[in-house]
Amino acid sequence: MQRIGVFICWCGSNIAATVDVERVSEAIKSEPGVVFSANYQYMCSENGQQLLRNAIKEYHLTGVVVGSCSPRMHEATFRKAAEAEGLNPYMVEIANIREHCSWIHKDREEATEKAIILVRTAIAKVKLNAPLTAGESPVTKRALVIGGGIAGIQAALDIAEAGFEVDIVEKNPTIGGRMAQLDKTFPTLDCAACILTPKMVDCAQSDKIDILTYSEVEDVKGFVGNFKVKIRRKARFVDETKCTGCKICMDNCPSKKGLNEFNMNLNNRPAIYIPFAQAIPNVAVIDPEQCLKLKSGKCGLCQKKCGVGAIDYTMTDKIIEREYGAIVVATGFRPINIDKFNEYGYSENKDVITSLELERLMNAAGPTNGVLLRPSDNTHPKVITFIQCVGSRDLTDCGKPYCSKICCMYTAKHAMLIREKYPDTEVHVFYIDVRCPGKNYDEFYRRACEQYGVDYIKGMVGKVYNQNGKLMVQGSNLIENEQVTIPSDLVVLATAIEPEPSVRKIATLLTASIDTNNFLTEAHPKLKPVESPTAGVYLAGVCQGPKDIPETVSQASACAAKVIGLLVKDSLKTNPCVAQSDESMCNGCSQCANVCAYGAITYIDKEFRLGGGKTETRRVAYVNPAVCQGCGACTVTCPSGAMDLKGFASKQIMSEVEEICRK
Amino acid sequence: MNKVEELIVKRARELLSSKEVDKVIGWKKGEFYFDPSPAVFTSEEELKDFVYNGFCGANLSKYLVQELKKGGKIAVFLKPCDTYSFNELVKEHRVDKNAVKVIAIECQGKLDIEKIKEKGVSAVTETEENGEEVIVSSLYGSAKFRKEEVLLEKCLTCKSKKFAVADETIVVNEMKETANDRFSGVEELERMSEEERFAFWKGELSKCIRCNACRNVCPACTCVKCVFDNNASGMATKAPADTFEEQMFHIIRAYHVAGRCTDCGECSRVCPQHIPLHLLNRKFIKDINRLYGDFQAGEADEGKNPLIEYTEKDADPTAAVNGEVRHA
Repeated sequence: MQRIGVFICWCGSNIAATVDVERVSEAIKSEPGVVFSANYQYMCSENGQQLLRNAIKEYHLTGVVVGSCSPRMHEATFRKAAEAEGLNPYMVEIANIREHCSWIHKDREEATEKAIILVRTAIAKVKLNAPLTAGESPVTKRALVIGGGIAGIQAALDIAEAGFEVDIVEKNPTIGGRMAQLDKTFPTLDCAACILTPKMVDCAQSDKIDILTYSEVEDVKGFVGNFKVKIRRKARFVDETKCTGCKICMDNCPSKKGLNEFNMNLNNRPAIYIPFAQAIPNVAVIDPEQCLKLKSGKCGLCQKKCGVGAIDYTMTDKIIEREYGAIVVATGFRPINIDKFNEYGYSENKDVITSLELERLMNAAGPTNGVLLRPSDNTHPKVITFIQCVGSRDLTDCGKPYCSKICCMYTAKHAMLIREKYPDTEVHVFYIDVRCPGKNYDEFYRRACEQYGVDYIKGMVGKVYNQNGKLMVQGSNLIENEQVTIPSDLVVLATAIEPEPSVRKIATLLTASIDTNNFLTEAHPKLKPVESPTAGVYLAGVCQGPKDIPETVSQASACAAKVIGLLVKDSLKTNPCVAQSDESMCNGCSQCANVCAYGAITYIDKEFRLGGGKTETRRVAYVNPAVCQGCGACTVTCPSGAMDLKGFASKQIMSEVEEICRK
Repeated sequence: MNKVEELIVKRARELLSSKEVDKVIGWKKGEFYFDPSPAVFTSEEELKDFVYNGFCGANLSKYLVQELKKGGKIAVFLKPCDTYSFNELVKEHRVDKNAVKVIAIECQGKLDIEKIKEKGVSAVTETEENGEEVIVSSLYGSAKFRKEEVLLEKCLTCKSKKFAVADETIVVNEMKETANDRFSGVEELERMSEEERFAFWKGELSKCIRCNACRNVCPACTCVKCVFDNNASGMATKAPADTFEEQMFHIIRAYHVAGRCTDCGECSRVCPQHIPLHLLNRKFIKDINRLYGDFQAGEADEGKNPLIEYTEKDADPTAAVNGEVRHA
């Protein structure tokens, strides 16, 4: 006979205010198998755990049920306490009477009734629990960082610093990401390239970091500590090991119509190009869409001019396979497409530009060599109007419901820089709210208003239209309660940002979840902000949510700390709640292997005795416990009922359902 | 002896005499003309009892599962719809296709003896197909019927006359596809109110005597141990709450074969109580087509059925249960 102890937690008033904990304890006492029933103010406290341990010892408990918060919070706590007293930790079950009960009910009577049912249900389950033992799996001491922006670079540098090998996979021809495109950075106004490029060089020079640019993650198999990743190395048509970055090919390329992505398509580049001066690796790449040789077979100039014979037009994509213990996702962002915002006339007027385009127009390495000239006629704009929240905090289909977080600060930066460099320029900023929390941020914004005389107008813009060569910005001034129209020479849209769309594929490959806005979801919004819900996968930078450079760098370092914490281990304890096939019932139909997202199921031919001296060889499923994540997809797919999940056996679930239905 | 039967028996004889195969699975004449049964032939001698007539509706593919365990190479005669079941069995590793020679044979639709009996004709001694007509001879004379009056349900709504697999074929006359919509019966049920539908199934399923014929004949039911026979499953030993609960057996079975059922119609054919079991399976097939795109189980002998695969085009499951959501 089982000897079960039941412990009801008050959770201060979280549970006790809505659930009559005394009545629950009392009602449970008479349940068959229950030999101890108590309640306590905080079961998770030192004293609460001691209560549990004492009861295990005194009443020789064989099973424990704790009626408390979600198992995600304290299941591990109570299992540990039970284990310390010699009870197998998997003989502990949690009845969630907080999130599933007290927090969602107002009526005390109803909530108490439900709490009793939930606790009885957990008792029904624990009666069928079996002691389980965790296995061990080895750890591949190498990390993968997906994305070579500042987040990926920082994470890789920190991981390498701790002595672990790390690969950066970047889909573009160079690392550097969005930060490389920026001119100055807030709130200190130091040059982005000056602080970023040394880190890029550090990556290139580190003997622990392997930079795989122009590459994409193709497939991911395995699990925490043991990922197997296929990486597509896109054909660059230039041998990375030979190219010296001399740029002679660029000068000789006759095809110059390719849009310069690095300069936000504001000017052109040759078909063979190095994205920017400080690119890492400093190696050319051929754009197959633009290259005459690749398109028509006629040309081949770059190959003739290349002094080291680095050009190879026959190059094809290559797939390489590597193993990793941990993966950092740092896929970054892009500005949203604003073609839908007809009111700002972005697609009609050349002088309506996005903030990222302005960054390039202000940058010394940009299309205008850092002189602020408006795109339509290359003249100095005298009146510049900024419009904030373009697509941010927008509940229509055009924009995004969230705040992009960086726009208030970079707009203040732009306004300030323009006033500093061109004091004769008039600068207006339309805003809904100015949000500048952060160290030295509000001071920065106030400097823009107070010292640099930037005209901040609270109100939204309804329309931008062209009248006699002027861009008329029509909006409301809510403080003055009036409609204003500002004739401007240049209009800058503080465009919302969104996760790089490629993150969707990567999320699917990693079985990492994404939210409705395509941001990757963290394991816990407060307490596990850099972990994804998939073990061994970590999140850095904007792929997880809008953030600026300081936050991105902190998060990247936090990721690195988590990765290092994982990689220093020689082995990991595996979850013992894995699937297992009953070979006597399995008919080897392969349905389970077909649904298994982790590739944990293989088949073996096994001989079975049939009686009367006869044997039969049958194909049966074998679950690799180190690979199985215990998702249970196979158990519901198996038509024979041969597949079952330890700790969540069909019988246990059925007994829970029956208990809930018990009148 | 009809022409097709002649060719089949001739081929069976060749295969056995040349030792190209060790066994032939076909149909053996029964006590009456109208009850041939599936049989294994191992010698030319035995072939004298081989028949292929209008009553050979039985799907022979499932017999391979047990016969192959005994070893040797087997030739099997499969009608178009049976070839789909064969592929499904290969897909699930129940049948090793290298040990089987599939001889795909002509089928113009098979006859339902019950329907003929209902027409008042008993003691059938022979049938002859003549285009859209069937001439049924009996001890008491002969009668002429339009084909659709006497075909099996599964043949009335034949899903295809194409062979999904064939190592060789024996076809004498052209096989015409039927124009009948096999989902019209399901649509009729869908139009019912929930109460009406429940009453319909309660009425039908209450006739069940749990003889397990549907399960035993079903090519998708090849579990080593059926959950309904397994005391440890918690299902076999559970006392039903009411008399109807027992009949939920059919609903569970329909779920088990969903995505793998080729709609061979054997369940309805063999049911001694004439329960239209195919309607349950066809409801699943119809829904699968709607939610995940057209899919025919057994069309190929590899690949995943839509229920065990995810694609981005799949209908959202929560929206799907609410009604009109379709595969993108």
